[in-house]
Amino acid sequence: MNIRSQVSMVFHLDKCIGCHTCSIACKNVWTDRKGAEYMWWNNVETKPGTGFPTAWEDQDQYGGGFVQSGEGLVQLRSNGRYRGMANIFHNPRLPQLDDYYEPWTYRYEDLFTAKAGDDQPIARAVSLVTGKPIEIEAGPNWDDDLSGSPIYAANDPNLEALTPAQRAQMFEMERLVFFYLPRICNHCSNPACVASCPSGALYKRGEDGVVVLNQDRCRGWRMCVSSCPYKKTYFNWSTGKSEKCVLCYPRLESGQAPACFHSCVGRIRYLGVVLYDADKIVEVAAKKDEELVQAQRDMILDPKDPEIIRLALEAGVPWSVIESAQKSPVYKFVKEWGLALPLHVEYRTLPMLFYVPPLLPILGNGDGNLYETTNDELFGTLDRNRLPVEYLARMFSGGNVGLIRYALKKMIAVRYHRRQITVGDVEGDKLTQILAEADLTAEEAEAIYRLTSLPNFEDRFVIPPMHREEAIMALTDPLEFKGAAGFGFITPPERQL
Amino acid sequence: MTAVMGANLNMTRTPDCHFAAEARHNGTKMVVFAPDFNQVAKYADQWIALHAGQDGAFWMAVNHVILNETHHEKPSAFFLDYVKKYTDSPFLVRLEKDGDSYKAGQFLRAGVLKKYSGEQHKEWKLLIMDASGEAKTPGGTMGHRWQEKPGQWNLKLEDPTAGSVIDPVLSFLEKHDAVADVRFADFAREREVTRGVPARILETEEGPITVATVYDLLFAEFGVGRGLPGDYPKNYDDEDAPFTPAWQEKFTGVGRNTVREFAREWAHTAEKTGGKCSIIIGAGVNHWYHNNLIYRAGIVALMLTGCVGKNGGGLNHYVGQEKLAPQASWAAITFARDWGVVPRLQNAPSWHYIHSDQWRYDAGHSTYGGGPWTGDMTEAHTIDINIRAVRSGWLPFFPQFKENSLNVATAAAKAGAKSDADVVSYVAKRIADRKLKFAVEDPDAPESWPRVWYIWRGNAIMASAKGHEFFLKHYLGTHHNAVAEEAAEGNTEIVEWHKKAPTGKMDLVVDVNFRMDTSALYSDIVLPAATWYEKSDLNSTDMHSFIHPLSAAVPPVWESRSDWETFKAIAKKTAELAKRHLPEPVKDIVLSPLSHDSPDELAQPTMADWTKGECEFIPGKTGPRIAVVERDYTRLYERFIALGPAVKKAGLGVHGVKYPIADFYDQMIETGPSVVASGVRCPSIESAEQASDAVLQLAPETNGELSYRAYQDVEKRTGVPLTDLAEGSRHVRTTYRTLQSQPRRLLNSPIWSGLMDGDRAYSAYTYNVERLVPWRTLTGRQAFYLDHPGYIQFGEHLPTYKPSPLPKAYGDLNTSDPQQKGKWLNYLTPHGKWHIHSTYGDTLRMMALNRGCEPFWMNPQDAEELGIVDNDWVEVYNDNGVVCTRANVSHRIPKGICIIYHSPERTLNVPKSPLRGNRRAGGHNSLTRARLKPLLMVGGYAQFTYHFNYWGPTGVNRDTQILVRKLEKPSF
Repeated sequence: MNIRSQVSMVFHLDKCIGCHTCSIACKNVWTDRKGAEYMWWNNVETKPGTGFPTAWEDQDQYGGGFVQSGEGLVQLRSNGRYRGMANIFHNPRLPQLDDYYEPWTYRYEDLFTAKAGDDQPIARAVSLVTGKPIEIEAGPNWDDDLSGSPIYAANDPNLEALTPAQRAQMFEMERLVFFYLPRICNHCSNPACVASCPSGALYKRGEDGVVVLNQDRCRGWRMCVSSCPYKKTYFNWSTGKSEKCVLCYPRLESGQAPACFHSCVGRIRYLGVVLYDADKIVEVAAKKDEELVQAQRDMILDPKDPEIIRLALEAGVPWSVIESAQKSPVYKFVKEWGLALPLHVEYRTLPMLFYVPPLLPILGNGDGNLYETTNDELFGTLDRNRLPVEYLARMFSGGNVGLIRYALKKMIAVRYHRRQITVGDVEGDKLTQILAEADLTAEEAEAIYRLTSLPNFEDRFVIPPMHREEAIMALTDPLEFKGAAGFGFITPPERQL
Repeated sequence: MTAVMGANLNMTRTPDCHFAAEARHNGTKMVVFAPDFNQVAKYADQWIALHAGQDGAFWMAVNHVILNETHHEKPSAFFLDYVKKYTDSPFLVRLEKDGDSYKAGQFLRAGVLKKYSGEQHKEWKLLIMDASGEAKTPGGTMGHRWQEKPGQWNLKLEDPTAGSVIDPVLSFLEKHDAVADVRFADFAREREVTRGVPARILETEEGPITVATVYDLLFAEFGVGRGLPGDYPKNYDDEDAPFTPAWQEKFTGVGRNTVREFAREWAHTAEKTGGKCSIIIGAGVNHWYHNNLIYRAGIVALMLTGCVGKNGGGLNHYVGQEKLAPQASWAAITFARDWGVVPRLQNAPSWHYIHSDQWRYDAGHSTYGGGPWTGDMTEAHTIDINIRAVRSGWLPFFPQFKENSLNVATAAAKAGAKSDADVVSYVAKRIADRKLKFAVEDPDAPESWPRVWYIWRGNAIMASAKGHEFFLKHYLGTHHNAVAEEAAEGNTEIVEWHKKAPTGKMDLVVDVNFRMDTSALYSDIVLPAATWYEKSDLNSTDMHSFIHPLSAAVPPVWESRSDWETFKAIAKKTAELAKRHLPEPVKDIVLSPLSHDSPDELAQPTMADWTKGECEFIPGKTGPRIAVVERDYTRLYERFIALGPAVKKAGLGVHGVKYPIADFYDQMIETGPSVVASGVRCPSIESAEQASDAVLQLAPETNGELSYRAYQDVEKRTGVPLTDLAEGSRHVRTTYRTLQSQPRRLLNSPIWSGLMDGDRAYSAYTYNVERLVPWRTLTGRQAFYLDHPGYIQFGEHLPTYKPSPLPKAYGDLNTSDPQQKGKWLNYLTPHGKWHIHSTYGDTLRMMALNRGCEPFWMNPQDAEELGIVDNDWVEVYNDNGVVCTRANVSHRIPKGICIIYHSPERTLNVPKSPLRGNRRAGGHNSLTRARLKPLLMVGGYAQFTYHFNYWGPTGVNRDTQILVRKLEKPSF
């Protein structure tokens, strides 16, 4: 067993407002630079939709992630390190500028400086690449709230999971629906970007599992860009190097939440530590699609198990990290409750960020002239969901419908449990039956409710303090470091003459 | 249970939208009403996809079911008890004989009974039938509120005159003298329906009077027959009779089963929880022409099921957040009341409708559609009713006269007026003799034009400028894209008609702004303003229970200044220049309308019009109040920086609550910075922090002692114990500094109606329900029935449904050629994503997330018919103007409507319009034109009495129709 710790996140999609504040916070902190204008390390997508870059989930086009390559084995779908080397100057899988968008700005200053004339001046849109007036044809959030749904949402690759009848109905009033999907780097435990980098510039940090890209070593081959199935590494056209989400590790190290997390208005994000067995990665990644989620869950270890604690300490996991893992909200959502699921686990990178699927309104049942929406049950039932569970399964469980049903059922049961407390109209044995069917005790239901609806910041943000001493030890003698901190030059200045 | 309509929490309540999601997991059922699958619909258990603007029809039918099932078939004891205590349902209404049948008239006044003939304000005291069979007047009415004898203005079910208990009879169904054939209006079909209403005949001083209870009238109005004769629906499936679940189908497009189930679940939840059903409502409803009826239909459901004044229940109104919580002290400074000044406060919709000459393009409200009943208001042109409103003291209007108001005062002096009272008499006489004309009577005369316009904290030329192109034409006299033809000529009687409409009325437009928005671009002078992070200020609304400070993280950039410093500088310069232009103190005349929360609420029991000789002109009674104000412009600055002594003497108050502050005022001088102004030492408000501190120290919401005193005041008026509400926080004093260390929760205050002890969440009217303090209405109770003569005339005395205005008469598309391959759509402008109105929306970030523009959302089938594909340029136009933007083709939008979210600037990447002579196209308000609903102008009658920012016609624009076509090649 090779125990590693991972700072992991849960996104509660039922709570997401779709405000994109996370995207803005990230943009302002990290990618408000030349060459990075088009990058959105954090973005929020509307589902159904094709997202950013357009149709990123279509791996036939982009060739990201891993595929099974025989019993118990996986290989990069394209651009293996060696294959990639062979084709290093030709990478047809790379998304082009049009797949992202041509960043633009407005000549705001024209509003101040325009000469007197017979019509009103405006601030023209101009390309941030060419500086010339631009016709805006794409953007980082182009299909927001079903914008252009006949072109975008209707071509969402996940709709392939539906029957033709369901698919035809998706855009009728009776079934029309959408939800939001915030996305950052998944900080995978089997990262394709790391596997594909010819320069070894990408690595996964030992202490927290954050996947980072060493700017000094990057040679701009962009294999990471094509191999990341989530399209969360980006090429900076100004520096000639690639960049990606760093989970705001400088903030994490000083006890602050990542910018996206910190700014989350809907309070949908939970950050915590999970311990996992890194020896299992290959075995897990090679499972059948529908078994992947369970296998990944099995890879995550119980931080309260004395044997795991012993092995973790042996593996050099600090005690504070283990303690933190024991209080982890992520562990609860993912492992204890089975409510949170990885995004596109079938890409086999073992993403370490998880999503609680959304509850959505029930179907309409009109006769074409009149719209009706009625329900025998108080809350939605899975069979009458606007969004077919198959769609969610395609996104969050490698097609395993049972896991989606399990999670949704549990959330609905929590609502009934609370309904009985707040209103008291859940008749007789009905509640007992609902809870039993959802594999839930009243106590657990209450705990889920509390973490969903009433969490304070410190309930949602549970990460260990940084072990600064270890970071220092890696570079220098701590005692020497202590004496050296303070006034003076860290490196002697170069003489100019 | 929560019903959301006309509000999109994700967009407009982003910071607390999470509560909606969280409540769901706490067992709350959430139902969203919206024509489009909007952002908040993702949280819904059920999305009710009704036709735009038809929410009222749905709720009318919900009320039909609620009344039938939970008030009649299986009456809920909780509901009945609630409506008895807290609504006007037991009050007696006169049934007026009209031909062979009856119409519902006004409330029966206490004065008709001999036993009440000695009562003060007996015409404002009303009657309830007691279980004993005797009609009695309960306390708590408007008459009790303003009578000399205190302590009777409360909701106890007692007759304060006799000192006896009242057991109200809700319905005469069991025991009546007659079943009266009462005629009700069916506006959808412009006809009357006659329905039997159980009535009693009271022997009075005036002889026998036939009366019914409001409760029985409600049953009849909603069509719940209870075995009575008349045009009642047979059952829920009766499509013809208002207001059954089947009836509403043709308006809402939603089936009857959905209504029935919703109503049952609503009533069931309310009964089970003691009233925890709520409606979240917002600007999506607020801007329809008949918005008041849509609101009312929902509110009726809340009242019938005991949900108002309950935590977890009630109407949560997500509009109008500009109102401050510490209102009394803020208003004293803002409106210079600390120097004893009567401010000139104007309701903006009337002002712009008239001054920007939009009334000239309006054929008048009566052409939009009518009902079976008519009267002097229903037939008059909108502007004539607004003129009547000003002359009768219902609404304000500035400028006031066709003469300079300073000259009016000078003329009074010349004519021998010595005292202020003499001046008032002189002015009143000139008004009464029709010598001194109101500016509103002749708004297009040059002497009536507004000339100088300061725009502050608003985008008044674009975002809020309904009829924007008319602003450009008539205010600014610049280019515009309106092609509307004038329609008022010949339809008006009172207003002075000028053949040619004036253009360019404004001489100077000054904008205080931190953005180069449309208003700034069109102004003569832009004063750069500090943003929120560059100044000291307070932030609170009437909808949150917290008060926040703004603090300067950085100094105002470049030349910008905080608002306080900007206005201070203007005051200083003005005072300096006044030494030359107006060196001596001068007298000014200020007219103000009859005022809410004052005895003015008893001013006009009838709508008698002095200009028609129906009564005399009496200032403050049959017409506006007339005040004489002394102005010393040379002292403007020294008074600006001082909190004047008038508040020390008079105390502070608002909403009819008063509290003394003299000791705190003195303490401020003693312990804080002070200045001498007009020879008096005053607390200094020279800096923004000091002004903020003055607001905080003198408001009951932030000063516990003042909260206590305010409750003492209401305790005296009502005769019910209240000071205990302030006891626990009597010691609390909030200063700007303490807020900077942590935002604070507001204290309980009688100025607001929620109770917030401990951690209790604010919920409006819990104060009234739990402490028996009356609502500020005629009956003192929540009103099902509005007996104002104007309401009766318009058939809105009872909750009802009126269809949207007739598009042809509404006149958006008379000139624009419908043959230009355009498609006719209903144009909606709900509040949008990533901007608050127009603020923030034009920043690069938000533009990047929003397709680089504020697009035109439309349905795919509508688009296909016009050959439009997603992201094509489109030209959207009507008689009012034109917008050129990109199409956003989405299944989210139903056929027949379109959306441009409120509110884009016309400054960013807007092309020219080939349809309108290749001029620059406009912004979303280029397509709108203001119309006013005249019923919302009435005044001087109980709750229908003017209060700035609370009462007056709303600016409506949801009923707008547009045409859209593809714009092949944009040119810039």
